[in-house]
Amino acid sequence: MPIIDIQKLTKTYRVYQKKEGLVASLRGLVKRQYRNVEAVSEIDLTVDQGEFVAFLGPNGAGKTTTLKMLSGVINPTSGTCSVMGHVPWKRENAFRRRMALVMGQKNQLWWDLPAQESFRLHQHIYGIDVKEFDRSLNELATMLNVEKLMGQPVRELSLGERMKMELIAALLHSPDVLFLDEPTIGLDVVAQHNIQNFLRHYQKERKITIILTSHYMKDVAALCKRVIIIAGGRIHHDGSLAGIVDRFGNEKIITLTLAENESFVGLERLALDVSIEPPKIKFRMARDEVAKTLSQLLSSRQVVDIVVEDPPLEEVIAQVFFEAEQSMNGSQAESTASRLEATSR
Amino acid sequence: MIPISISPGLRQKCLTWWTFFRVSIEERLVYRADFALGTLMRFMQVVILIFLYAAIYETVAAETSPTSEEAPNIQGYTFHNIIAYVLLVYISRAFSSMPGLSTGISTQIRNGEIKKFLIQPVDLLGCLLLQRLAHKLVYYLIAILPFAFVFFLAQGFFDAGWPTTEVLIVFILSLVLSFLLGFYLEACLGLIAFWFLEITSLTFIYMLLNFMLSGHMFPLDWIPSEPINFRYAVDCMPFKYLAYFPAAVFLGKVSGSEMYWGLFAEFLWVIFFIVMARVLWHRGVKRYSGFGG
Repeated sequence: MPIIDIQKLTKTYRVYQKKEGLVASLRGLVKRQYRNVEAVSEIDLTVDQGEFVAFLGPNGAGKTTTLKMLSGVINPTSGTCSVMGHVPWKRENAFRRRMALVMGQKNQLWWDLPAQESFRLHQHIYGIDVKEFDRSLNELATMLNVEKLMGQPVRELSLGERMKMELIAALLHSPDVLFLDEPTIGLDVVAQHNIQNFLRHYQKERKITIILTSHYMKDVAALCKRVIIIAGGRIHHDGSLAGIVDRFGNEKIITLTLAENESFVGLERLALDVSIEPPKIKFRMARDEVAKTLSQLLSSRQVVDIVVEDPPLEEVIAQVFFEAEQSMNGSQAESTASRLEATSR
Repeated sequence: MIPISISPGLRQKCLTWWTFFRVSIEERLVYRADFALGTLMRFMQVVILIFLYAAIYETVAAETSPTSEEAPNIQGYTFHNIIAYVLLVYISRAFSSMPGLSTGISTQIRNGEIKKFLIQPVDLLGCLLLQRLAHKLVYYLIAILPFAFVFFLAQGFFDAGWPTTEVLIVFILSLVLSFLLGFYLEACLGLIAFWFLEITSLTFIYMLLNFMLSGHMFPLDWIPSEPINFRYAVDCMPFKYLAYFPAAVFLGKVSGSEMYWGLFAEFLWVIFFIVMARVLWHRGVKRYSGFGG
């Protein structure tokens, strides 16, 4: 049985539409125009126990909204969802004791006090046995290398250190399901790397279910086997990261190193995007032309080295987002217009 | 003998509350200068009010009977009475005023920090109450010496002397209730932010009403009941229990059955606002859409 089961989950926000200018502001006092924005529309999804899933999508795609519904922060407009057999937005303690949500931009720790005070509070809130608490705090602190920072007020910690503390606070009660919303936002490369490593180890060891949203493709590539692309409130892809590249990356990037006295004449017209830095030549071309072009080149010139690679992940994903939004705009233009409604307050 | 056993669930809860309480006290002690300054400013208010009333009573004395030795009496309050009143109201307010409570709640709602209480198995109102309790206790511990000193200096103003034990008990009960009333009233105000987001003007109105109708500045006995019975209207509102009522009990301005009815009414107001706060919380959370990321 899946640990998370989502059916036709929809969240619609009512947004106040104000035109520019003072007159419009005054008019807004009396009569307001609202527009219904569907942040998440009829999402179906199941996640099995022990999966590490990433939600990818452009800003405003509905990733965070979905995460909020799954963790019970907000109620959906319609649809059902079950997480560990509970309806999240009923906010039963039995549910809340078994999950955790970490938001990269929000603080759950007491700002003016050392993190250990917040942890102690968590021990009691979640009813963690003292021995168990000491053991897991010790373990987490060692893994994240923050033992020396326990006694320092949270406000004096760096962003990366604070994020580590947030993670500890979220994991002390050993949740079965962990939601991470942009856990590495604003962190430097080293800190990002530390957090990724930690999450990978922790998940492997504990076999907990983690859903993560992130803008950093590195996070996703390093951690998640399964990637769900959300754009415009809908799921556009559900599968492995490699699958996305297969499905959406139709081009290959080829780098050839030619023998020393080989001529580059004529090669600049080989493909659209050719850059020549002797003895190397780099170009990109459609996947199905690669074999033919290469065999021609190999027979006509002396080649020392060949590298054929996929375009950078970010580029592929950007392409997916773009296509997703294009298809949304086409089908939604009319329905959005019809949803514009005038209501007075 | 039956062994007294506390259920593990309750024990767990008590431990949580205790830890929260302890952490709140620690948090309070972080900003020492702000704390000291706040305490000092509260004292300044009282001092200013005393000077104001001294000036008023002098003027009244000079205008009504320049020759008479008798102290002027403004609607049942001699100068001594009014100083005693001001000092007692200061005590009431030390219990009932909740600086920053409603704005704190509304800020948390607006910037999304309130999520914490939706995700974790803890109760917002319970936590805030414990936090307030902790802050108040710290405040009393620090302020008790200057308090005692001022009352020692001012003992001559309490003409009727120390009240009976009965009155004293009612006085203390009314103070405890005024703490709860102040807390839940302001909590309700803060929770309105679930609907309005911005409640600055509401808190301003509340502050004004509180200022005028709680007896904070002048005894409510001075509010006219003719030609329109404003006095009665004010009596029907919850504000007077925030400042006037405990002071009036101590000074014997209300006594006997009137005193007990007053206490009972105060109790009912507390219940009303507790229920109200719960309802607002539950409705508000349903409405909440997780603003701020």
